[in-house]
This record gives sequence, structure tokens and C-alpha cells, in this order.
Amino acid sequence: MSTRTRLLLFVLPALGVAALLVWSFTGLPSFGHYPGPYGNVVNAQVVPVRHATNAVASVNFDFRGVDTIGEEFILFAAVMGTSALLRVQRRERQEGSSDDRDESHPAAETAGAVQVICMALVAPIVLLGIYIVVHGHLTPGGGFQGGVILATAPLMVYLGGRYIVFRQVSPKGLLDFGEGAGAGGFVAIGFIAMLAGAAFLENVFPLGKASEVFSAGTIPVINLSVGLEVAGGLLLVMWEFLEQALVVRG
Amino acid sequence: MPFVLAGWLFVVGLYGIVSSRNFIHMVMCMGVLQSSTYVLLLEVGYKAGGTAPIFFDTQPSAKAVDPVVQALTLTDVVVGVTVAALLMALAVQTHKRTGSVDPTDTRIMAG
Repeated sequence: MSTRTRLLLFVLPALGVAALLVWSFTGLPSFGHYPGPYGNVVNAQVVPVRHATNAVASVNFDFRGVDTIGEEFILFAAVMGTSALLRVQRRERQEGSSDDRDESHPAAETAGAVQVICMALVAPIVLLGIYIVVHGHLTPGGGFQGGVILATAPLMVYLGGRYIVFRQVSPKGLLDFGEGAGAGGFVAIGFIAMLAGAAFLENVFPLGKASEVFSAGTIPVINLSVGLEVAGGLLLVMWEFLEQALVVRG
Repeated sequence: MPFVLAGWLFVVGLYGIVSSRNFIHMVMCMGVLQSSTYVLLLEVGYKAGGTAPIFFDTQPSAKAVDPVVQALTLTDVVVGVTVAALLMALAVQTHKRTGSVDPTDTRIMAG
């Protein structure tokens, strides 16, 4: 089918979809007039009942924690799928040395300024990532956001240094373990609640005092677990793609 | 009508997917299409004059926007990223097998 025919076939249904969308938007409450009630209920309850100050994190890891487990396993399955798709195929081989300064496949020269900035950023990035994970129940952030920040630290090592060092600071076995333990930890916290006689994922840990790091019960613990999974999962994905680009030869 | 922005992003992303000549470009267009859902969710939960639903330095009674749709948006972003990674992996393998990343190339359908 030619591109022209394809576009013609697209335009009519697309106009229909656009018209339906506009029509449905006219039925929504006007912008800025939130009708409620769920958001208002959560906002009113989160500090007095859960002792957490971040309402978004409370929704994700407490009020609708079961949904987030499902979402976490979407992430888990997608990372596993990426690993499975990018494993070394039958007619491919891995170069003996995983060094990107290989003669047959030289890496671009990294400027000295880039190396210095990347290496200087590694420690602050790790610190920021841990901070964002640990304060997820207090201020904007949490396991997903902090995990992504943590995953960029080894990437900085790769950008400013050598591929071999990236593999050394993020060994695949450790990443696999981190991802699995993070995903499993979330479910385990759910079962701990059941052992305590409550419902799955019910917030059974001591709630502490609002606005303190040790507060909000299970929410910061789940954040730690999710942070571990996200950091491990993202690094696994980067690991696989870098391996495809630098090591695997067809 | 700020909602029209979400509709526009959706249709424009769809157009990009349909007219795409490169799988990487196609994955990016899917990202544009998906961002329409972020915009719509955040718009639905917006309250005129409301602040972020973080009560660290405001009173719990402060007027704040809906946290539920923000949590859904977070979910959406995470799923979007991982699905993009999965599709990129498929693009890498397609290129290795057929030497092409063009969705209209008939070679990629040969199996």
C-alpha cells in the first residue's frame, strides 16, 4: 500500500475520532471545577489518618497499593521481555573483551571536561536518588522517581569513563537481584500485613508523627522496595542495550 | 477548552504512527500519543487555585488538586517508559534480521 493511500485511509477515521473526542470533552466538568469526591476525600484524610504529607504517594502505595503492585509487575515483565529479546542469538558472538576501546569498534573520544563533570556528578546523583526515595511520603518523589535518578549514576560512569567500568559498578547479577528483590519486597510487605491479621497491603506499621522521615507506616518501606526495583530494572534495560551496541557482533 | 490539547496530542501521535517510516520514530510517536493521557488526567483533576497535593508545608485543609489522577499519571509514565524499551528491543532485533527499520518495508514481514 502506498503512503498516500495509507494516509487517505487514516484521515477519515482520524477526523471521526477527533470529532468524538471534542464531543466527549464538552461533557466533562469545565476546567478548574473538579467535581470530586475522591481527590477531596484523600486530601482531607491523608495527614490525619495516614500521617503522610504526600497525598500522591499515599494513593500509590497505600490507598490503591494493589494497583501499584500490578503496575510494578508490568515494569518487571517489560524489563524481562527486553532482556529476553536482546539475549545473544544463535548466530551472534560476544567479543572477548567488553572494552569499548576495541580496535575494530572504537568508541568516540570523550572530552576531558565531560569526564570530569560526569565523575563529579556520580556521588551527588546517588545522594539525591536516596533522598528522593527516602522522603517519598513527605515531599514530591518516591520509589519510582528516586529509582530512575539512582539508575543514572552508573550511566554517568559510562558516559565519563569506560564501558568496562560501567559493567563493574553495575554487575548484572546484582541488578537481577535488585529488581527481583524490589518486586518481591512489595508483595512481601502485603503479606506481612496479612500475618498481622489485617488485609493484604493494609498499612499496619507504626504511623509515627506526620512530616518526619520515620512516619506513614508501610509507605516509606514500599518506596524503598520500589526504588530498588526501578533502579535495577532500568539499569538492566540500559545494560542490555549497551551490550547490543558494544559487545554483541552478528 | 484546555481539554482539546489532549485530543490534539492523541490524534497527532496517531498520525505520526500511521505515517512513520522508522520504528524508532514510531515509538517516539507512541510517546506523544501517550502524553495525551497525562495531560487529560491532570486537567481533569485540576482545581482553580489549587496547590500540589503535598501537605508538608501547607495545612491539611489547604485547597489542593486531585492526587488520585496524579498517581494514575505516575503509573502511566512508568508503563510508557518500559513499553518503549520493549518496543526498542524489537526494533533492534528487526534491524538485525532484516537490515531495515522501515515499517512499510515488506522484508520485515517475511518472518
